[in-house]
Amino acid sequence: MAENQIMVGEYFMSGDVACAEGAISAGCRFFAGYPITPATEIAEQMSVRLPQVDGVFIQMEDELASMGAVLGASWAGTKAMTATSGPGFSLMMENLGLGIMLETPCVLVNIQRGDPSTGLPTMVGQGDMMQARWGSHGSYEIIALAPSSPQEIFDLTIVAFNLSEKYRVPVIIMSDEAVGHMSEKVVMPYVAPKSLTNRQRPRVSPEQYLPYEPDANLIPPMAVAGEGYRFHVTGLTHDERGYPVMTAEAQDRLVRRLVDKIQLNKSDIIRYKETQTEDADIIVCAYGITARIAQMAVKMAREKGIRAGLLQLITVWPFAEEKIRELSSQVRAFIVPEINYGQIVLEVERCAGGRARTVLVPNMGGEVHSPETILEAIQEV
Amino acid sequence: MPHIWCPGCGIGLVADCFLRAIDRSGIDPDKISLVSGIGCTGRVAGYVKLDSFHTTHGRAIPFATGLKLANSELNIVVFSGDGDLAAIGGNHLIHAARRNIDMTVICVNNFNYGMTGSQVGPTTPFGARTTTSRYGCFEAPFNLPYLLSASGASYIARWTAIHLRQLEKAIAEAMIKPGFSFIEAISPCPPVYGRMNKEPQGLDSMHYYQEKSVVINGADPKDADIELNGPIVVGKFVDRECPTLWDRLHQVASRAKGKRKT
Repeated sequence: MAENQIMVGEYFMSGDVACAEGAISAGCRFFAGYPITPATEIAEQMSVRLPQVDGVFIQMEDELASMGAVLGASWAGTKAMTATSGPGFSLMMENLGLGIMLETPCVLVNIQRGDPSTGLPTMVGQGDMMQARWGSHGSYEIIALAPSSPQEIFDLTIVAFNLSEKYRVPVIIMSDEAVGHMSEKVVMPYVAPKSLTNRQRPRVSPEQYLPYEPDANLIPPMAVAGEGYRFHVTGLTHDERGYPVMTAEAQDRLVRRLVDKIQLNKSDIIRYKETQTEDADIIVCAYGITARIAQMAVKMAREKGIRAGLLQLITVWPFAEEKIRELSSQVRAFIVPEINYGQIVLEVERCAGGRARTVLVPNMGGEVHSPETILEAIQEV
Repeated sequence: MPHIWCPGCGIGLVADCFLRAIDRSGIDPDKISLVSGIGCTGRVAGYVKLDSFHTTHGRAIPFATGLKLANSELNIVVFSGDGDLAAIGGNHLIHAARRNIDMTVICVNNFNYGMTGSQVGPTTPFGARTTTSRYGCFEAPFNLPYLLSASGASYIARWTAIHLRQLEKAIAEAMIKPGFSFIEAISPCPPVYGRMNKEPQGLDSMHYYQEKSVVINGADPKDADIELNGPIVVGKFVDRECPTLWDRLHQVASRAKGKRKT
């Protein structure tokens, strides 16, 4: 029985494997991918697990095709995922844009490695954070989540599927090699199918159905192929009927809605974790593996009598603007360690708006920060 | 119905053959998904009352692969042009044929990129003029039936826009045929490719097809090269029985049942 094949209990497993199991628990039944270090283990696990739960795994000819197949599977009514790392992420940007334009629920996992180009395939990086936000051409809004442990990648993969179904948008899991390849205890609860979010289905007859007529929340109910709705969808600018309309007015309506459906629901989408921020006058703002190291640095700072705190960004996109704004009037400085030469720090600086200093603790990749490096920045500020 | 195609263009004729082929095949239109890429032919998806997807340039086949694998009951037709399918999408084309995935690819071949104003493409005959081969195309073109035959397609036919009955029949056969089917439909492109190659009217191309087409059913695809103003071998070239991707996937997936979870 397929249902019995969903893993429940406590296991010792890598972040990559936990990601695959989170997807299975979330109802994912289609995976298309292409081998790439350090994300390959996700594909390997899905190739073993999907046939056991009546799903389909396919290894495509490249990442362009992987992302395309994921979109197609979603339009056939299946929850679908792909996983990759930097070089493959670049190739997926094309069909990610189509996914955004067609409003296709799906999940894209990026286990980041050292960069740019082929970079450091087996070693850690966090250099694709801005690509996750702006990598496909055009104006759009995206959801990206950053897990910092195998447990979090399991939990957040389920969240990612739920958000993608709810908002009809591809959701990106921005993890990193350290999390993907680290093995830890992962607790996998029974996830009741009823607790999962499924895309809204049309409530009208095929004759009355307009594929892009939004509800009050700006999200259109979604028909899928083969049900008799006989709908048309296109990557061209389109109206509510789904057909191309080449006017500035149609463009204005469509692009605004694609962005606003995420922006106006930020309070539902944005997740973060605060540690000792209540009385803090210095806050370390970090995400992914770096958040765990920052936690140690904050503890060390507290022991030295420094009022430091940690803001772990779980949702990276849309950005937690209001939270940073709120904290910026309380703290002296934000310390932003990240495994790149400064990406999310720019967002923190923008939201701090000069009310608090923003200090980058860069790391070009290949290894994670040491807690001491972050502590030093806390002490110096 | 107003449409975007130029006077004398053959894409509408091929689309018409496709619609008639649906009737002929007896397939429930609710179960047909039409997937197009980008370009003049890519716009076919917008003129049919079917579940239809106008996707990214070259990626119609991967999108269609996902649709089919997630719902094997769908009858999938990919309708796109030679540039979209054989240049930017060439890798997906050969891999779909290799997998023998159950879908029908209708490739309208007008020997150039029409929508962007006649640029040289992967099927432009040697010596043909386009806006990026002003002195004549200096590359060898793909012989698409030969390429697809070598890649593993189950069904391959080529007809021109003047062979409407044959084209309709071939498309219907292809849609019913399990596995990967490929139909090449040679089509006039009078305002751009035609104008630059002494076929300025749609009728000129039709005369050419009428005079130079040679029907050889069962022809070896390797003998079906197309040269500028040369003969065009048309017919049903390949019709063979091979296990489809779905057959093989199920055969192997049954081994997963009853296995331990990890």
